[in-house]
Amino acid sequence: MIKDYFKLSFRGIIKRGLRSWLTMIGIFIGIAAIVSLISLGNGLEQAITSQFSSLGSDKLTISAKGGFGMPGQGVLNPVTVDDAEAIEDVVGVDSTITRILEPVKIEINDVIEYRALASIPEDTKLMNILLDSMGLKIEKGRMLEQKDNDKIVVAYDYYKPDNVFKKQIIVGDRILINDRKYDVIGLLGKSGNPLMDGAVLMMDGPLRELIDDKERVDVIVAVVAAGFDPNKVALDIEKTLRKRRDVKEGKEDFTVQTPKQLFETVGTILAVVQVILIGIAAISLLVGGIGITNTMYTSVLERTRDIGIMKSIGARNKDILLLYLIESGLLGLTGGIVGIAAGIFLSKTVEIVANNFGISLLKAEFSLMLILFALFFSFIVGVAAGVLPARQASKLQPVEALRKK
Amino acid sequence: MDKNSKGDNRPVIELKDVWKVYDMGHIKVNALRGMTMKVMKDEFIAIMGPSGSGKSTAMNMVGALDIPSKGAIYLDGHDISKLHESDLAQIRGKKIGFIFQSFNLINSLTAMENVMLAMMFQGTDEQTRKKKAAELLTMVGLADRMHHKPTELSGGQQQRVAIARSLANDPEIVLADEPTGNLDSLSGENIMKMLMDLHHKEKRTIILVTHDKQVASHAEKIYLLKDGRIEGIKRVK
Repeated sequence: MIKDYFKLSFRGIIKRGLRSWLTMIGIFIGIAAIVSLISLGNGLEQAITSQFSSLGSDKLTISAKGGFGMPGQGVLNPVTVDDAEAIEDVVGVDSTITRILEPVKIEINDVIEYRALASIPEDTKLMNILLDSMGLKIEKGRMLEQKDNDKIVVAYDYYKPDNVFKKQIIVGDRILINDRKYDVIGLLGKSGNPLMDGAVLMMDGPLRELIDDKERVDVIVAVVAAGFDPNKVALDIEKTLRKRRDVKEGKEDFTVQTPKQLFETVGTILAVVQVILIGIAAISLLVGGIGITNTMYTSVLERTRDIGIMKSIGARNKDILLLYLIESGLLGLTGGIVGIAAGIFLSKTVEIVANNFGISLLKAEFSLMLILFALFFSFIVGVAAGVLPARQASKLQPVEALRKK
Repeated sequence: MDKNSKGDNRPVIELKDVWKVYDMGHIKVNALRGMTMKVMKDEFIAIMGPSGSGKSTAMNMVGALDIPSKGAIYLDGHDISKLHESDLAQIRGKKIGFIFQSFNLINSLTAMENVMLAMMFQGTDEQTRKKKAAELLTMVGLADRMHHKPTELSGGQQQRVAIARSLANDPEIVLADEPTGNLDSLSGENIMKMLMDLHHKEKRTIILVTHDKQVASHAEKIYLLKDGRIEGIKRVK
């Protein structure tokens, strides 16, 4: 018989038309906010996870503190080649790779973009370790080798259809980097990691020549030897660097990060932001719920006589209670459905707009769980909001209720 | 008709020394002061009295819409005078069909749905409800008005929907409270004729509550109510 109650409740909502829609707005906004925030948050988290997992768990990243932008940029006391050599002597470190990440001007087809130029070590063994750990594979052409002076390898962003340069780069094309010409000899496969997909690789030597700096190091990658705990090795590296750079514990001007730590730091920040935003959305839901309560009270007053009639023809208290709870639950649920649609639309819009501005990390991820949860939650908010009015309705005395005009 | 064919002569409703006291703050109003009456199966009786005689209260008692302050009410042999509202509702829905002066239909539902609603609270399945509602509405001559809302029907038609609804759960008693009070005389006469048909052809037990002698004269027996108790019984004819 529950179906009949749903039908009857639904009629009540339809009958009040505009007022029902207005009542749902609170729930609608709350659910839309929750769906869009969680989906964007999830998308961001996934993107970041994929980025960090591609670093490999046995690689430690050492860079100087205090900069902004790319790692090692704009810092007071950069890490050095000597630091790298000292790190290599730490027990448990197999080898180190010094890297340069340089923001450069890239010009193709008269379109100018600023992207990261990443160095590839000259040493073949180190080069292979680095490429392996980053999961980089050549899709077309070949990888860089020693003596590849005017050559570069580019990633997916440069040859994907409809890219910003309005030209799909192929092997053999020439690209201007900081106004110098370089030959593209290889294309990297798509990694799904937005930072990597935007990268241009160049051998260490020619890159240093381009930036005219033989000493600079932005990031040191320490490869942990098999059988050693990366966290323990990281502590030892910190100790060595503190001594070398003459800084006290707690006042380090450098960081040694395991991919896990990096990920956890970002994850914590994301979680805090999400909790705050969802808190705001929850307030909207609360207000929406109060709106439903208010509407339902009005509805009980308006329909006192109808309630009296129903009771006189055999409706028990619990029938009336159920009718009103279902009605307020449906108000919540309908608000929720519209809210989910709006939330999906909103986060997709944010994603598209962000992508147009080059922020490809921001992807909306919708899980079935999220949508089911939102549906369930909006219904429950509606039902909860209806409890008091429904109780009032169910307790009306038929004789009194029938007397109302 | 098998339910009615037994021809037994049992009371369907019996009031024994029923008192109803309304507490109005400083004063207590005795609406009923020891009302006693007995309605047998298949009877058509009227409770008649001037306004202020306790008629409405009497109708609430007989209709199980309210419980007495003192005394006992037996519906179909069971004491209902101390039941909780929800149990009362269940009994009402099953055993009593109401016809009110102001029709009391739900305006947002069609005639058909109004009749079906009474069955819904008894848990009758939709198919049966539809079939029964259509039958009843056809019986009261509204076959072509089933899907109209009450506001699209005349007073007489609305009251006929109410009659159809009152019969939906095959009640023991049809209780009509001033059924012609809001109708013009012709529609009123029609409704009374319909009630008499219900009594004669379908052997329904009918209790009519009215202040109108003319209306009351349709019944077989008139209970005269005065100052909250039955002052006399008049047989018609």
